[in-house]
Amino acid sequence: MPVSTTPQGQPVWRRRTTRAQWLQYLAWLAGVSLFLLCWKLISDNTMWVFVEDAGRQGADLISRMTPPKWGYANVLWKPMWDTINIATLGTALGIMMAFPVAFLAARNTTPHPLVRSLALMVIVSSRSINSLIWAMLLVTILGPGVLAGIIAIALRSIGFVGKLLYEAIEEIHPTPVEAISATGASRLQVMNYGVLPQVMPAFAGISVYRWDINIRESTVLGLVGAGGIGLQLNASINSLAWDQVSVIFIMIFATVLVSEWISARVRHAII
Amino acid sequence: MSEHARQQAAQRGQWRRLPLIESPRLRWGLAIGAVVYLFLALTSVEVNWARVAEGAGRAVNFLGAFMQPDFVSRYDDIVAGLLESLTMTLTSTVLGVLLAIPVGLGAARNISPLPIYFVCRAIIAVSRTFQEIIIAILFVVMFGFGPFAGMITLAFATIGFMAKLLAEDIEDLDWRQVEAVRATGASWWQTMNHAVQPQVMPRLIGLSMYRLDINFRESSVIGIVGAGGIGATLNTSLSRYEYDTSAAILLIIIAIVLLCEYSSSHVRRWTQ
Repeated sequence: MPVSTTPQGQPVWRRRTTRAQWLQYLAWLAGVSLFLLCWKLISDNTMWVFVEDAGRQGADLISRMTPPKWGYANVLWKPMWDTINIATLGTALGIMMAFPVAFLAARNTTPHPLVRSLALMVIVSSRSINSLIWAMLLVTILGPGVLAGIIAIALRSIGFVGKLLYEAIEEIHPTPVEAISATGASRLQVMNYGVLPQVMPAFAGISVYRWDINIRESTVLGLVGAGGIGLQLNASINSLAWDQVSVIFIMIFATVLVSEWISARVRHAII
Repeated sequence: MSEHARQQAAQRGQWRRLPLIESPRLRWGLAIGAVVYLFLALTSVEVNWARVAEGAGRAVNFLGAFMQPDFVSRYDDIVAGLLESLTMTLTSTVLGVLLAIPVGLGAARNISPLPIYFVCRAIIAVSRTFQEIIIAILFVVMFGFGPFAGMITLAFATIGFMAKLLAEDIEDLDWRQVEAVRATGASWWQTMNHAVQPQVMPRLIGLSMYRLDINFRESSVIGIVGAGGIGATLNTSLSRYEYDTSAAILLIIIAIVLLCEYSSSHVRRWTQ
């Protein structure tokens, strides 16, 4: 207990020992200095003239964005359909690939520790690279278009679904698995009847959640040429047609809200 | 089939697994809907197979580049971009979390009045629906090119994320402790400080670490629209077909994310 005594010999309660208190001060000092150092680096690389101008620029932007050019929405239905396709097909492809990877990565179902670390490697590299970067790579390889977007979304989804699913697999009850293996079931049968029914609800929930995230992500993939509504967004920004941009924003907002609502409903029904 | 009928069938040796979706009408409806959708979607996807075949060589080049990443020839650009990304990540997380705390308090239904609740929820909704990169486009127009726009973008995105989770955490907190502190005649500030804050702090620290990790990942892409960071370097190297440099940058990003994840799981274990 960090108790010290007064000169009269009475104990005084304190929360921390002197040493801990000093360590805490030092940690705060280090943290604040680091922040200020980073801030200085950023501020050196910033043209402050432009920042001071920001209010006027923002007002100007808003005045250009309103009123939205509603007629432009008619051009957007096909790109929006493409966007939803990118997200949905990408998610489907991604979860198909993530499913075996998750079983290989979970400690209790993996055939070999070496395979497990390989699967974890796949999951980590897929998770740490943003779908936009995947899209940039794939556009240079496959050419611009929806296909690059679908595969980019799929590659990014492997890591997310794989990680959450393998954690779910590691948390299953061992008793059904033991019961099934006691009947003399083969490895695959144990997976099929002991593990799979336990993780299926989690799997469905994770997939729908990822689909919801993918809808958001697929709206911007077009910025690097991977199809969908992002292409129109990029074109409108490059031609400074901000009234078209605001229509696109409203459509994205509405789509994301709907997809979020669907995903929340489905996950609610599952859990 | 009822539970009893199932049991009897099982005793006769006819057993089938319980389906995931209970009502058969919904189950078949979903299956048919999925097939129809897949048909419509797959027929509407246009693929230029000639272009894909042409790109196959590039794919091989790219995989080759991953075997031999080139950290050296663009060393200065990579370091500058990386430093910018890291500083952006840190400052934006700190600013975002600081700003998210009041918003999060306001968005918790149990401690805030209705008008404030709606305003804070609206902030969260706007910040969460738009991708970082879309926000970055707007902020680049407002604040000019460079890491400042990127920092503001990431801070803005952090507000939505942190405030939502913080508000949910506050809504779930143990109300008895709040009552106990209030019963001593504590003011609003004191209640927050002694009843609410100790309960949400471990999760807040864990989430901040997680957000730090996310912000780094995002900072590697917002450079594409001119908001500074390693994304700009990556984009340039890709469009110049310098795959060995791009591979080096990607490997660095993966390594840093791994490091972040490892240390954040450590911190979370330590605080909880």
